[in-house]
Amino acid sequence: MKVLTANRLIDGEAVWFGSDQRWHETIDYAEVARDKAADERLERLGKEAFARNEVVDVDLIDVELLGGEIRPLRLRERIRAAGPTNRTDLGKQARPRPADEGFAAGI
Amino acid sequence: MYRYDEFDHSFVQARVAQFRDQVDRRLAGEITEDQFRPLRLMNGVYLQLHAYMLRVAVPYGTLSSKQMRMLAHIARTYDKGYGHFTTRQNIQYNWPALSDIPAILADLASVEMHAIQTSGNCIRNVTADHFAGAAADEVADPRPYAEILRQWSSVHPEFSYLPRKFKIAVTGAERDRAAIQTHDIGLHLKKNENGELGFAVWVGGGQGRTPILAKKIRDFLPEEHLLSYATAIVRVYNLHGRRDNKYKARIKILVHETGTEEFARQVEAEWAALKDGALTLPEADIRAIESYFVPPALAARPEGDAAVKLARLDSRSFGEWLDQNVVTHKHPDYAAVTISLKGIGEVPGDATDSQMDAVADLAERYAFDEIRVSHEQNLILPHVARADLKAVYDRLVEIGFATANSNLITDIIACPGLDYCALANARSISVAQDISRRFASLDRQKDIGELKLKISGCINACGHHHVGHIGILGVEKKGAELYQVTLGGSGDENASIGEIIGRGFGPDEITDAIEKIVDTYLAHRSGPSEKFLDAYRRLGPAPFKEALYASEAKAA
Repeated sequence: MKVLTANRLIDGEAVWFGSDQRWHETIDYAEVARDKAADERLERLGKEAFARNEVVDVDLIDVELLGGEIRPLRLRERIRAAGPTNRTDLGKQARPRPADEGFAAGI
Repeated sequence: MYRYDEFDHSFVQARVAQFRDQVDRRLAGEITEDQFRPLRLMNGVYLQLHAYMLRVAVPYGTLSSKQMRMLAHIARTYDKGYGHFTTRQNIQYNWPALSDIPAILADLASVEMHAIQTSGNCIRNVTADHFAGAAADEVADPRPYAEILRQWSSVHPEFSYLPRKFKIAVTGAERDRAAIQTHDIGLHLKKNENGELGFAVWVGGGQGRTPILAKKIRDFLPEEHLLSYATAIVRVYNLHGRRDNKYKARIKILVHETGTEEFARQVEAEWAALKDGALTLPEADIRAIESYFVPPALAARPEGDAAVKLARLDSRSFGEWLDQNVVTHKHPDYAAVTISLKGIGEVPGDATDSQMDAVADLAERYAFDEIRVSHEQNLILPHVARADLKAVYDRLVEIGFATANSNLITDIIACPGLDYCALANARSISVAQDISRRFASLDRQKDIGELKLKISGCINACGHHHVGHIGILGVEKKGAELYQVTLGGSGDENASIGEIIGRGFGPDEITDAIEKIVDTYLAHRSGPSEKFLDAYRRLGPAPFKEALYASEAKAA
C-alpha cells in the first residue's frame, strides 16, 4: 500500500494527497493506493502537481493500515508525518487529532 | 569585529534583492524547481523533512550582541522560537516558509549577516578557533586571515562550481581547537625563527563516508602568500577533482589518489605562476583587516581573584562551573567562558529566542559585545573580567545555560539527524539526550574526565563522529535504526580517525553500550590522570570489545 506525499512549495509544509484530490497537512486523509494501477495514478497526479508548482519533493511511500490509521513503514516517513520525536510540541503531532479537525485541512 | 564597508553592504543588499526576485518568480511558476534549487542552495535554503531549513553564516563563529539579537528575532518572528548552532559555527532555522526567506535575509543584512555560500559546491564558511583573540596560547588571532579568505572566496568566479563543497579552518595556536586536520584546507598560523607570521598548510582532510586526515604540504607559508597559495590549491583541485562521482569528488580523494608528494608538487607548480602576483597580500591590507580584530581595551580588574575566591567558597556549583567552563585568558584579570548548550537531556546546539537575547545582553554588559559559536555547538564569551564571572554565571543559571560540562561526556556534538534532516538514516538527538541523562551526575562526569562524544545520523558525518573519542554513527538496517560505535578518534593536533569496535546497537541498547565502554575505561585506566583517549591509545580495542561482545561470543 502506498500514499503520495510532498512538501508544499510556498512554505515547505509536509503534505499528503487525499482522496478528495487535495493536499492535506496530515497523513490521515491520504488516499491509499492498493494496487499497481492506483500507484501509477497517484504517481501521475504527483508529477502534475509538481509541474503546476504546488509541491516539491514528491514521493510515493509505503504504508500499512493499523486499526484504520495510516502508518508509514519507514521511520523517516513516520517522523515526517508526526514531527521531531524530541519535540512533541512541534509538527503534526502537536495538532488536534483528525476527529476534532474535520476534513477541512486541505489546501 | 569586522565591519562591512560600503561594497560589502551593497553586495549583500543586492543579493537579497536578487533572491527576493528569484523566490517571487518561483512562486509565480516562472522558474522550475530544477532551475530554482541551485539558486536557493546558494542562499542557504535547504528542503528538509518537515519544512525548509535556512542556514545562516556566522563567519569564523564571531557575533556581536546586535547580531545575536537579530538571530533571536528571526527565531521568534519567522520560525518556531529556536535555532540550532552547528558544527560549522553557523546557525540553522528548521521551519522557515520559503515566502518569508527574502524578509529574513533582509533582516540579516541589516546586521551585516547573510546565508551566502552556506551550501553548494563552493568555499563554505571559514571556521576558526572559538577562543581566537582571547586564548593565552595563541601566536596571533587567526580571524583576520579567516576574514581575508572570506572576502577572497565570496562569489569567487573561478571557485563557485567546484567538484564538491570546500571547507577551510584556521587555528592560531599549537593546540588545535579548530580541527584543521579534518578540513579541505587546514591552516595553522605560526611564527618562523625570525618571528614572521605564516602558515603550516594542511590539505585533503575530511570526514563523511571516507574519513581521511589532512596532509601537511608546506611547513611555513609566509602570510603575504596566503591567497596565491590557496588559489593554487583550489585550482589544482578544480582541474583534477572528480566530477564523475559525487562520493569521490572531495579534495581528500584527489590528494589520496594523486599522492601527497605529487599533489604538493602540482600545487607548487601552479603557485610558481601566481606567486608575487596580484594575489600577494600587501602588508598594509593585512594590518588593516587585523585592526578590526584588535581585542577590546581590557582595563585592569585585579579585584577578580578575591571575588572569585569568595564566590567559590559560597557556591559549590559556581566552583564546578569555573573549573569546567572557564578558561585562561591572555589577560590575567580576564577569562573566556563557555556557555554550554548541552544542558542535561537537552538538544545539543539548540537555543531559544529568549536564551539568545539573554546571551546578547550578557555579552553587551560583561563581555565587550562579543560572542562566539564553537564548532562543538556551544557559545563562548571570549573576554569576561574574572570579577564579573559570578554575575555572568548567575544569569546563565537563570536561562538554563550554566551546565558545567565543557569537554565532559555530556558535552555531546550531535547533528539534527532523522528528527529533521532529509539525508539522515537514524536519529541523533534522541541518542544524545539518552546518554546525557544516563551520565547526568556531574561527579561521575568529572571522574570520567575529558571525553568527546560525537553523534552523526548518517555517513555524511555532520556530527563529526569519526573524530569523537567515542563516535556514534546512526545507520538504517532492515528498516530500523542501528548505531555503530567508533573509538579513539580525535580532532585536535594529534588527530586520529576512530576505529569501528564491532557490530552496531539498537536504539534501546546504545546507551548501555556507551556505559560499558566508559566503565571499561575506568577499570583499565592507569589512574585518574589518564584520559579516555590516552587509555584507548595505550590499550587498543581489545578490552572494549571484550566488554561489549564477550557474552554473546560465549553464548554462541
